[in-house]
Amino acid sequence: MSHNKDKNDYYQQQPAIVCRELRKSYPGKPPVEAVRGLNLQVNRGECFGLLGPNGAGKTTTIEILEGLLQPTSGDVEVLGRIWKSDGEAIRQRIGVTLQETQLSEKLTVRETLDLFRSFYRTGISVDLTVNSVSLDEKQNARISQLSGGQKQRLAVATALVGDPELLFLDEPTTGLDPTSRRQLWEILRAIREKGKTILLTTHYMDEAERLCDRVAIVDHGQVIALGTPRELIASVGGDHIVEFSVAADQHSLVDTSQLNSLDDVTSVRDEIDRWSLNSRMAHRTIPALLSYLEARNLTLAGLTTRQASLEDVFVKLTGRNLKEEQSV
Amino acid sequence: MSPPPSSSSSSQHPVYHLTVARILEFLRQPDAVFWSYFFPVLMVLALGLAFNKRQEPPVLVDIVDSQLHAAIKESLKQNRQFVLKNSTIDEARVRLRTGRTDLLIEKATEGTGHVYVFDPLRPESVSARSLVDESLQRSAGRKDTIEVIDRPASDVGSRYVDFLVPGILGMNIMGGGLWGVGFAVVQMRIRKVLKRLVATPMKKSHFLWSLLASRLVFQIPGVVILLGFSWLTFGVATQGSLLAALVVVLLGAFTFSGIGLLVACRANSIEMVSGLMNLVMLPMWLFSGIFFSTDRFPDAIQPIVQILPLTPLIGALRAIALEGAGLFEPTQLMRIAILASWSLVSFAVALKWFRWT
Repeated sequence: MSHNKDKNDYYQQQPAIVCRELRKSYPGKPPVEAVRGLNLQVNRGECFGLLGPNGAGKTTTIEILEGLLQPTSGDVEVLGRIWKSDGEAIRQRIGVTLQETQLSEKLTVRETLDLFRSFYRTGISVDLTVNSVSLDEKQNARISQLSGGQKQRLAVATALVGDPELLFLDEPTTGLDPTSRRQLWEILRAIREKGKTILLTTHYMDEAERLCDRVAIVDHGQVIALGTPRELIASVGGDHIVEFSVAADQHSLVDTSQLNSLDDVTSVRDEIDRWSLNSRMAHRTIPALLSYLEARNLTLAGLTTRQASLEDVFVKLTGRNLKEEQSV
Repeated sequence: MSPPPSSSSSSQHPVYHLTVARILEFLRQPDAVFWSYFFPVLMVLALGLAFNKRQEPPVLVDIVDSQLHAAIKESLKQNRQFVLKNSTIDEARVRLRTGRTDLLIEKATEGTGHVYVFDPLRPESVSARSLVDESLQRSAGRKDTIEVIDRPASDVGSRYVDFLVPGILGMNIMGGGLWGVGFAVVQMRIRKVLKRLVATPMKKSHFLWSLLASRLVFQIPGVVILLGFSWLTFGVATQGSLLAALVVVLLGAFTFSGIGLLVACRANSIEMVSGLMNLVMLPMWLFSGIFFSTDRFPDAIQPIVQILPLTPLIGALRAIALEGAGLFEPTQLMRIAILASWSLVSFAVALKWFRWT
């Protein structure tokens, strides 16, 4: 007994997820390298986000961690265990939602959860699960009658019914309307408050900012930045983004080095139709900018200021715009 | 909202939940229920009625020459089996050649007799010649020298419908196993339900057992409906024991579930699995004796005919229903062995090749 207890203590002290030098290539001509040496550690009790554009390797990574795919090379530990020898023990302790699972349309919410509950040795009651994803009123409805948001909440419920220590969510809010997204965020926050570990993938920056304690930005199968949303945003150099444009024929008359020397500006980007400044203090940068334009006799055509976001981090790191890639 | 029933009893065995889920999914698809349970009944009804006529088939006779027509009509009028037509020689020849008449009668060029023109390769034509000749000779005064009694074999148990019902039952078991298991599995693979399930601690064997269990459960109402209907409408009954028939039905359902699983083990599109199913079923539709006896096929292809899994299934069912056989006669054991081999091989290969994601 005490041996088992020691073992359990050992597992409890291990990080929720560790992966080292993870690689996955799919056969082909040439082979597709989806994941290229990815390192990651997710701690117990945190909500961790893998953030990146489509095709960055997020889904491949999460499916390897879920035991659904074999890595080409690299080490993976989930809850202190490895898939090869402890698959059953890991599966008993994790909950999964896949990208776009369509659960059987003919079954009701309750029947579906009864089914998933039966796979787990321990878990929470179906009533409690239904309640935790706010589907009480829909529990006897067939899945075909649910809205997109309700289906996604049910998918989360199938992951929760085994009372997992670790929850994997692959693109949990993709394709949902804003109200449904916000509703799902509330549910995920409540799960995190119960001390569960969550690993989610998303290509929505706002989602990562709102939900995640820490974020890894993934691009071309590697982690290119890691930290809390705050830290990452700060690393861009300032909390604020000041964007302005001048009359179209004057755009090239603006001098980058002079913009850089304006009060509290940390970096400058030429966005072709406008200029974008990272600023530590917008209320000091804007007057300086206006006097500069005045002095050079340039006509201000537009001026906006906003909080910096992970979007800006991604642009800064890759030189590419996340939204442009999404539409591909 | 009234509170839902308590879920405290929800932790039954996974096989129970998986099986119940399959059964509910099936019952909530009215079209699937129709095809599995009522289509075979409609087939028995249609074919049973079509081939269940008590009266003998009509004999079609064309007579060239109106005088002869009148004379023959007079002597054959007692017998309604003959349908006589007075036509020109050209018209009658065309009708004979194209099978629209069985026999052509014309006046002999010499003497008072007449000439039968018939097609010796066509059985109806040959028999029309004999029937007409016999009737004409008798009405002209010929006496039978041996006394005979005709006894048409249309007793219950020896009609076409009695032969047909075990064939349709076998066909239903084949279709049910292949579509019920194979199609369902591929659909779950496409919808990523299989992938979602293997991400849980569910045991893969539990999933496969539930497919099988639900298949056996679906099959029983199908058998009851088909046999009940055949009994009520045509009085079809089995000579042998119903228990023996049930054992064979369940073995058949098991075997074709295995074949369905094999067909579906790697397919990842509906088109692919439908094509494979048809490829697998077509030879059995043609050669396994659903509608007529496999004895009619040439000896050269008999080994193939006999090894197809549907042939021993229908053979065993017919032996029980028509001959009152049990399960332990050597021919029955042979059939059971062929079925069992198919099920073992297909399950083993399907499990080895099965793709979950």
